[in-house]
Order: sequence, then structure tokens, then C-alpha cells
Amino acid sequence: MTAHALHGDTQSTALYDIPGPLARRRHFLYGIVSTVLVLALLGWLVYLLFDTDQFTAAKWRPFEYEGIQDLLLTGLGNTLKAFAYASVFSLALGAVLATGRLSVHRPVRWLATLFVEFFRAMPVLVMIFFIFVALKVQPLPALVAGLTLYNGSVLAEVFRTGVNAVEKGQREAAYALGMRKTQVMVHVLAPQAVRAMLPAIISQLVVALKDTSLGFLITYEEFLHAGKLIASNLDYDLPFIPVVLVISPVYIGMCMLLSWLATWVARRQRRNPKTEAVDVVPADPGTLLPGAPLR
Amino acid sequence: MDVLTENFSLYAKGFLGTLELTVYASLLALALGFVMASFRVAPIGSLRVVGAVWVNVLRNTPLTLLFFAVLLGLPRFGLVLPFQLFAVLALGCYTSAFICEVLRSGINTVPKGQGEAARSLGMSFTQTLGAVVLPQAFRSVIPPIGSTLIALAKNSAIAGAFSVTELLGTYKPLNEMGYSIIWTFVWIAVGYLIITLSISALFNVLEKRWGVAR
Repeated sequence: MTAHALHGDTQSTALYDIPGPLARRRHFLYGIVSTVLVLALLGWLVYLLFDTDQFTAAKWRPFEYEGIQDLLLTGLGNTLKAFAYASVFSLALGAVLATGRLSVHRPVRWLATLFVEFFRAMPVLVMIFFIFVALKVQPLPALVAGLTLYNGSVLAEVFRTGVNAVEKGQREAAYALGMRKTQVMVHVLAPQAVRAMLPAIISQLVVALKDTSLGFLITYEEFLHAGKLIASNLDYDLPFIPVVLVISPVYIGMCMLLSWLATWVARRQRRNPKTEAVDVVPADPGTLLPGAPLR
Repeated sequence: MDVLTENFSLYAKGFLGTLELTVYASLLALALGFVMASFRVAPIGSLRVVGAVWVNVLRNTPLTLLFFAVLLGLPRFGLVLPFQLFAVLALGCYTSAFICEVLRSGINTVPKGQGEAARSLGMSFTQTLGAVVLPQAFRSVIPPIGSTLIALAKNSAIAGAFSVTELLGTYKPLNEMGYSIIWTFVWIAVGYLIITLSISALFNVLEKRWGVAR
């Protein structure tokens, strides 16, 4: 969707007519003016960076030291570790909760619904702080547990809508062949649903990756924490802006890569006959329930 | 129960802080999101690029990093504002990226024929936009905007960790005063539930009043 938008979909909106020669000339003029304005803004920002001495050698020297590089890499490793744990556990929790929500037993269904709705409505940070402060858990398990509860609940909804979106005939045919309800789920519904929901699942993992940075707030030694340590060092002339300039591209790059993977998978799905039986549901369900995806 | 009744003013202050943050950041996000969405559907290439970069960068930025950069970084440029304002800025900009995408897809749901019909009746661009396209787009964006604003209310908890007066931040003084930490958090959770559920109720009403009849 993003790439599509980048190449301009003025043709596909109801807003504009296809421009004639006059309009094209006018747009070209506007284009030049706005480009100049944008470049001026960027130039002003760069000037501001230079003006406040952000590019002095003293502020950038720390990144040459091996100890600092190690610190940053360890931080990045810890971020990825938290992300790996959180995504595996939340996928597992999501599967369990989705099974609960799709169960034929009413009490199980209610319990799972209550659980999912509650944890989707709570800010992740409140859960993480609760686990960290009230239950006195170490930072990493607290972060992973908080992320798992939240993302697991959101993923449960994703899985459930995915299974429900599989065409009715598939389920009926499977039952008609004499399969049991578990067999129907495992062999017929789940494989098709997962394939169709893959983009939505990956988008949710992007949220999990972004939220690992919340570990910074509970003193988990992740990437941002490493950056803060360097930034508050007087020896290096408090290189705050350089640290942000180094850290943000890495963070944003990682998330963009994962988002891009989701779009790529989604685009492939659209051409894949194996997902035909499922209406590919958009990544954000746009519900009005208190716990729509935290983006 | 004691925790709430004995520290009601503290809780109320935190609650109002969260509410204020949510309202102001929502207004900023809606305004900025609207501007960015109009950039993204503009017939001018460079504006489209600006919109796309804005959305893609902010959507993929961890909010904690954004808070970190805005609250601790902007003062380095000599821009010293109250923390509350910085928090509104960070939250509003972050959410504007999502609002922008919602509005853009809302505009894209309006069939092309609607615009063509309006133009063939001789309507000007402003008339087409104001009388035909936006009213229809507005109907379809109510639910997703509601869920984006709910996400914003939940995200405002991060501001509390950066010493902005806010609901989650109330746990600290209460903890130091030796109150039961579990109950402290229960009441904080209730506070957030009140806010998110009211936003959801508000948008339910809006949806009933103006939403697309399905």
C-alpha cells in the first residue's frame, strides 16, 4: 500500500480530474515552490545542528571507542532478545486465547473474551510497570511478560477474525467428510487463516518491536538505555543529538524492514490462489472496542 | 479502597493530566493528520513525498524514542518549553501519522465517479471537496479514528514515565507513602478504562449518528 501511495494515486481518488496542460504547468510550478520550501526547512535544520555545535569532534569521538560500540551492540542485542522472546510467547498466547475464544464451551469462551478485552484495553506500560513494581520481577521478564499479555491478546483477535474469515464452505465440506472439530481447525481452517493473516501478524510484531523500547523506562539495558548512558556522559560533552542521530536510524530501519516485509507478504498473498478462500482482512480491524491495536 | 479515598486529589490530578494530554494531543494529531493526508493525495509530487516520508518514519518510530528525542533533545536547540507541551507535541506528531493514513484511506473509499459527477455538474474543487467527497469520507473514517484516539490515550502513559503529571505517574508517590501497590495499580487501571471506554462510547454515538449504513 505504501509503495503504491509513493508513486502517487491521484488517479484513483475522487478529488482531482486528470490534469490538462495548464493544470500540469501549474502543478509543476507548485512542485518547484514546495520543493524549495522543503529544502529550505531541511537546510535550516542542518544549520541549526551546526549552529548548536552538534558536529564537533568531541561529541562524535565516543563512537570510535570499542567500549562504546560494545555497549551499543549489547543494547541492540538485548532489544532483539526481548523482541524474540516477546514475539514467540505472544504468538503462543495468541493461539491459546484464540482457541479459547473459538471454543464451543461457553465458559471458556467468556473467560478468553474477558482476558482479551481487558488486556487490549490496558496501556502496555501500565502492565509492564505493574509486573515490574508490584510483582518485583526483573526488567527483562517484566518487559517480555507485559508485551506478551498485550500483543498476545491482540494477536488472538487477529487469529480469530482470520479463522472466521475462511469461507464457510471449507468448514462445511470438512465436517461433511467426517472430520472432528479439532481436525477441521488444524487441517482446514488454521492453515488457510494463518496464510491470509500473515501480514496482520507481522504488523503486530512491528508493534512488539517498537514497544521493546518501553524497557528503557524500567531500566532494562536495551538499545535506548545504552544511548542514554552515552548521552549523559560529561567526558564526551553530552553528545545527546549525535546519540539520537545514531540510534533512531537503526530503530526506524529495523521497524521499516519488518513493516516492508508485511507489505511484501500482503502483496504476494493477493496473487496467491491458496488464500482465495479467505477474505484478506485489513491489518487494523478498526473496531470500536477499547483495545484497538496500539500503533 | 483506602488508596483511592485517601489520595483522591492525587488521583484526580493524574486523571486530569492524562485527560488533558489526550485531548490536546488528539487535536494536534487530527489537525496535523489532516494536513499530511491532504499532502499525500495532492497532485504535487514533492508534497506527496513529504507526506509519505512523514507517515512512514513516524509509524516506524518507537514512541519512547520519540519522547526521548523530543523531551531531552529539543532543549539542546534552545527550545525550552514545559514538559507537558513537549509530551503533547511528541504524542500528537506520532498519532498524526496514523490519522493521516486513516483519512487517506477514507478519501480513497469514495468512488471516483462521485468526484467526476460533481465536476461534470460544474462544481469547483472546493465545492467537490466540501459537498461531495469529504462528507462521504467522514462517514467511513469514524471507527478507525476512534480506535486511533484510544491508542493515543493509552500511549499517553509513556509521558508519565518522563515526569509529566499523568495517571500512571501517581504510582510513585503512593508507593513511597507505603500504600498497597496492587490496589494503587487497580485504581490506575480503572482510570485508564474510564478514559478509553468514554472515547469508545463517544465514537459509538458518532458512528450511530453519521456512520455508513451497512
